[in-house]
Amino acid sequence: MAKKESVIYPYIPNSVPEIKEEMLKEIGIKEAETLYGEIPNNLRFKRKLNLPKPILAEWELKRHVMDILGKNKTCEENLNFLGGGCWQHYVPAVCDEIASRSEFLTAYAGEVYPDLGKYQAFFEFQSEIGELVGMDVVSLPTYSWGCAAGNAVRMASRMTARNEVLLPETISPERLAIIRTFCKSAVRKARIDVRLISYDSKTGLLDLESLENEISSKTAAVYIENPSYLGFIESQSERISKIAHDNGAMSIVGVDPISLGVVAPPADYGADIVVGTAQTLGIHMNCGGGGIGFIASRDEEKYVAEYPSLLISISNTVQEGEYGFGICAYQRTSYASRDKAKDWVGTTTGLWTIVAAVYMALMGPCGFKEIGQTIIQKAHYAIKLLSEIGGISLPFSSNSFKEFIVNFDGAGMSVTDVNKALLSHSIHGGKDISREFPELGNSALYCITEIHSRQDIENLVSALKEILK
Amino acid sequence: MKSQVKLRKYHAPVWSEPIIMEMSHRGERGILIPIAEDEIKTAIGDAESYVPEEMQRKELPKLPELSQPQVLRHYEHLAQETLGMEENIDISQGTCTMKYSPKVNEILARTPQIADIHPLQDEDTIQGVLQIIYQLDLFLREISGMDQFTFQAGGGAHATYINACVLRAYHDANGELGERNEVITTVFSHPCDAATPNTAGFKVITLMPDANGYPDIEALRAACSKHTAGLMMTNPEDTGIYNPRVEEYVKAVHDVGGLCFYDQANLNGIMGVARAREAGFDACHFNLHKTFSSPHGCMGPACGAYGVRNKLAKFLPTPLIGFDGKKYHLDYDRPDSLGKVREFFGNVQVLLRTYAWIMSMGADGLLEAAHVSVINNNYLSKLLMAIPGVTKRYAEDKIRLDQVRFSWEKLEKDTGCGTLDVQKRMIDFGVQSYHTSHHPWIVREPFTPEPCETYSKEDCDYWAAVLRQVSWEAYTNPKIVKTAPHNAAIHAINRDVLDDPKRWAMTWSAYLKKVDNNR
Amino acid sequence: MSKKLGFIVNPIAGMGGRVGLKGTDGQMILEKARQLGAVPESPRRSAIALKRIICIKENIELITYPHEMGEDEARECGFNPTVIGSIRLGRTTLHDTENAAKEMLRLGVDLLLFCGGDGTARDVYNVIGDEVASLGIPAGVKIHSAVYATSPHNAGDLAVACLEGSSSGLRLRLAEVMDIDEEAFRDNRLSARLYGYLKVPYQRRLVQSGKSGSTHEEEASIDAIASDVINNMQDDCLYIIGSGTTTRAIMEKLGLENTLLGIDAVYSKKLTGLDLNEAQLLKLTEGTRAKIVVTVIGGQGYIFGRGNQQISAKVIEKVGKENIIVIATQNKILSLKGNPLLVDTGEDKVNQMLGGYIKVISGFNERIMLKVAT
Repeated sequence: MAKKESVIYPYIPNSVPEIKEEMLKEIGIKEAETLYGEIPNNLRFKRKLNLPKPILAEWELKRHVMDILGKNKTCEENLNFLGGGCWQHYVPAVCDEIASRSEFLTAYAGEVYPDLGKYQAFFEFQSEIGELVGMDVVSLPTYSWGCAAGNAVRMASRMTARNEVLLPETISPERLAIIRTFCKSAVRKARIDVRLISYDSKTGLLDLESLENEISSKTAAVYIENPSYLGFIESQSERISKIAHDNGAMSIVGVDPISLGVVAPPADYGADIVVGTAQTLGIHMNCGGGGIGFIASRDEEKYVAEYPSLLISISNTVQEGEYGFGICAYQRTSYASRDKAKDWVGTTTGLWTIVAAVYMALMGPCGFKEIGQTIIQKAHYAIKLLSEIGGISLPFSSNSFKEFIVNFDGAGMSVTDVNKALLSHSIHGGKDISREFPELGNSALYCITEIHSRQDIENLVSALKEILK
Repeated sequence: MKSQVKLRKYHAPVWSEPIIMEMSHRGERGILIPIAEDEIKTAIGDAESYVPEEMQRKELPKLPELSQPQVLRHYEHLAQETLGMEENIDISQGTCTMKYSPKVNEILARTPQIADIHPLQDEDTIQGVLQIIYQLDLFLREISGMDQFTFQAGGGAHATYINACVLRAYHDANGELGERNEVITTVFSHPCDAATPNTAGFKVITLMPDANGYPDIEALRAACSKHTAGLMMTNPEDTGIYNPRVEEYVKAVHDVGGLCFYDQANLNGIMGVARAREAGFDACHFNLHKTFSSPHGCMGPACGAYGVRNKLAKFLPTPLIGFDGKKYHLDYDRPDSLGKVREFFGNVQVLLRTYAWIMSMGADGLLEAAHVSVINNNYLSKLLMAIPGVTKRYAEDKIRLDQVRFSWEKLEKDTGCGTLDVQKRMIDFGVQSYHTSHHPWIVREPFTPEPCETYSKEDCDYWAAVLRQVSWEAYTNPKIVKTAPHNAAIHAINRDVLDDPKRWAMTWSAYLKKVDNNR
Repeated sequence: MSKKLGFIVNPIAGMGGRVGLKGTDGQMILEKARQLGAVPESPRRSAIALKRIICIKENIELITYPHEMGEDEARECGFNPTVIGSIRLGRTTLHDTENAAKEMLRLGVDLLLFCGGDGTARDVYNVIGDEVASLGIPAGVKIHSAVYATSPHNAGDLAVACLEGSSSGLRLRLAEVMDIDEEAFRDNRLSARLYGYLKVPYQRRLVQSGKSGSTHEEEASIDAIASDVINNMQDDCLYIIGSGTTTRAIMEKLGLENTLLGIDAVYSKKLTGLDLNEAQLLKLTEGTRAKIVVTVIGGQGYIFGRGNQQISAKVIEKVGKENIIVIATQNKILSLKGNPLLVDTGEDKVNQMLGGYIKVISGFNERIMLKVAT
């Protein structure tokens, strides 16, 4: 190996042949090959990996990658109205700054003594989310809202010893698919049945009669979302929680916390477990890589015992007045108990957790109130202008928070065609939901946030006017 | 071998940071946000009128109120109180492959061309992203010998969960799911290889090591039956020992109709040397945040890239990325798919860093990384074995690959200082606390360093010198080890609080309610 | 109020070991050991433990027996002990240990620390049962009982943690007192039995990392095992429940009366027999399907023939190998250090039948493959 022309790799200090040889000598062997003596010959990979010729110089590499990425059209270049599970909010510069701190970026699973700051930031995240949703226990987040919802349903099933969950038909099909995966089991009797409750075709709100009919002593939980996938706020939330409780079931609520400066915290309307995303809290969309989902509940042992994820608790130390932190009731997690665990836990979204903590600290109570108000006003401004366009109708939009359905049936155009046309105006149109909800016709889910100026909204409106003309 | 290493004077930064809620000053603002223009306000009126009355928030959340520099300073202090891989010789966290993440890749991952892309954009506007993912899929196919990868899993355990779901879908498709309800794993595999199939509803059967440290193959044969759904194992296991009979294990499971999954968290030492395919596995996974250089980010975002042979590809989560020779596209039309385990198609920023890293290394570079990691490990092993109190169990004569599971059992017997004591003392010298072992501790008083190719000879010397010092202290002045840490940001923590419902507090609000219980 | 620590040394424990005798129970053997030049291990070992306790000397009252039964070691290590009782120097017997334990129980010690081997643990157990926390400093030749700390200095550290009461993760658990028939042992035959349980402190070792996990919580594991067994219980089948804390958890989860050291039986989740002997078991299994649930008894890995001789070869043969359910926590399995499970039914044929691999239930839906040696 040392004989052939060696590349000195800047990321590998010991790729210098002399050093390598010296180390081999210290180990007492002649060549690195000897170190693989344990691998039987027939299991050895004989040829060289067929990979592209490496781009060794950093500048060339950067250029190569930037050339590929240049084929993307970003949401900075284009005006974006896509939401539906990943949302474009403004990311404060301080969030980017902390996200790039090498300590947070490159630390991993260190103990609390060397990694105190990481633990404290995690605790602050939990505390801040707790304030927003009105709960005293919040876990370290999992991969996404959908995963958190899946975990919560399983928690409820274990806690109630029941095997059925009721969800609104208006749930995000993507989150539903994840929940379904989490509810499956190799053993029939351990499966959780996922049943959908119909909605009022005029408002999108859950059909309470249908809920009353479907709920039974088999129901572990009723899961609803605020705002819902289709954008509206479920005004009957308190009654839904009550119906669940009256039947011995739990109430699980999914939230986008960016709404919680103006919308009531789920604890206030009877939620037992709250889940949601934190991607909207200072995390870039990253083409879906910004996903992060939390779980929260009341501070009761029976809940804490069922969390699949890590819970960071504050503690004290032998030094008066010093805070310490640690992992609470640690036996629950799969790390500790292997397959005895209630669920599994792994590397999830630590860096995003810290960034979201920074975001919530920057925003404070006023920031959340103002951003909620701004989003609602801007969204409803868009709703108002769009509804004035011939050929467009906007079902379910009266209670919208930031997302709403735009229906093009009146114009006789498919969403695909509308969106293609919008692209030529440098606009990413709303998410096409006509296959997800065929009963809603040619509909798209539009998303307006604080980043959309009045001008942006008016640009969308004039582009659509032109397209639908 | 006798290197004279001068241990550094180290003390962690101590900022005694209050909890951010305690720093709040009423009225301060950290950031202002764009308020709706007057025209909008006039046209629309109050926002509250659009929120059903019963759904309006009555009281503002008790979030901290701070100005921007105060927020920034607080989190920069917390950053300083965190020992990142870049700030120390992170040989400590074995099985985690604490590899250097090239800064250029970080810059690339932060460009708007990645950061500010929406996953539902028209395919024409994300051709760059799709190309990166597609190419990376091809690279990993070559490195593993598998036929198709999915990147939906946000971490390694998430990928093993996909595997458990694939086992379910595969046996279900064959009409055998009711019958096949057992998954076999080994005790030295990662705990997720037991926990994820269990979550998916399988009964889990664990194999213990035989006298040589290999999973007991006779036990495996006895465990295999018509109930076997699959095998989930690592190789080399966390002991660093490569199991040369791995083919026989795979065959035993295949013979009874089970599938074999290769947890490749420990790939680093055998990249380009041995592949999942040649050993007969049906599926495998790679940790892109470990072996492939994406940073660990305080536990993510990460990626467990999961690859399968053709016969299992149809079960993978949707979407996959296709290429028709001109254009890349997202393929959602997969009727046999197990569905989804997470929204969208993966942590794209992680995939980009991995792509860039592989492009910068090439086939020779990957092999070099593997070779150097094994050389480093054997060099460090020699240094550590010379330290009083250090032993290693199993297969003394066998060469270990990427890591070794050592034991302080002797030190503990001699001095009363066990591995958790050493772990707390070592950080006083500026290195990260080491990984002991996943549970259960088969090797007593374990510790598991992994000196991957990022670390120089001097790094290995220093790390070994720290442990030599702690060992010496244990023999001469055990109290200093027992009462560690001494140079960390805080002192010994009261752990009883953490398991006590009357005192634990996961949020500041809970803490305030319970603070008197802590006195 | 200062805590009271009772301290008893069996002055002759460990004498047999170095001279090749297997234990020192009985005067004859003791004399033989002395003739062979044996020196007791206990003074040295108990001093190691005491030295680790000296740091809390001011806060505790050390109560001990005279001279070689604790006083000497205590004074040598710098304690100023309260000495009670009287002994015949150089002629102490198990009655002295029992008397000392009795007196200390009466004085209300918070922890009884004793130094010796299996015999000593038995003597202590005979008097105190699980009324008060106790802990052994290992010094004897035979240590099969789980009541001993892993080393003398660990015994000292545990005692400190227990008396200070402030230590993180300190718990009490019931640990087995085992002893073997020394006469049989010296004849190279091994026959041990479970005498009972002492309440001993142990330290949970919490590893606070997202990565490492912590040690198993024994009670949680036992509970999970019980859930698994109950979940798979069939109604038309007799369940013979062996002795021990692991099997007892099944009975308690079912809300049934039970005996810790005896063999009980369950049919359709209802109690059908308590503390059964072989004849009763044979009778109960008449004309019905039956399963036997046993755990691993003692540190050596016996599943039959130690502490459950009532489940005789005949009973086992009648029930059949496929109907034997072995349950054990992971910790217990690990304590075997890779050694196989053992059986000693008294019948070679039955022992042979039981050989091979078995899926031991170690948690809910969790099995560990273990070999049963033949």
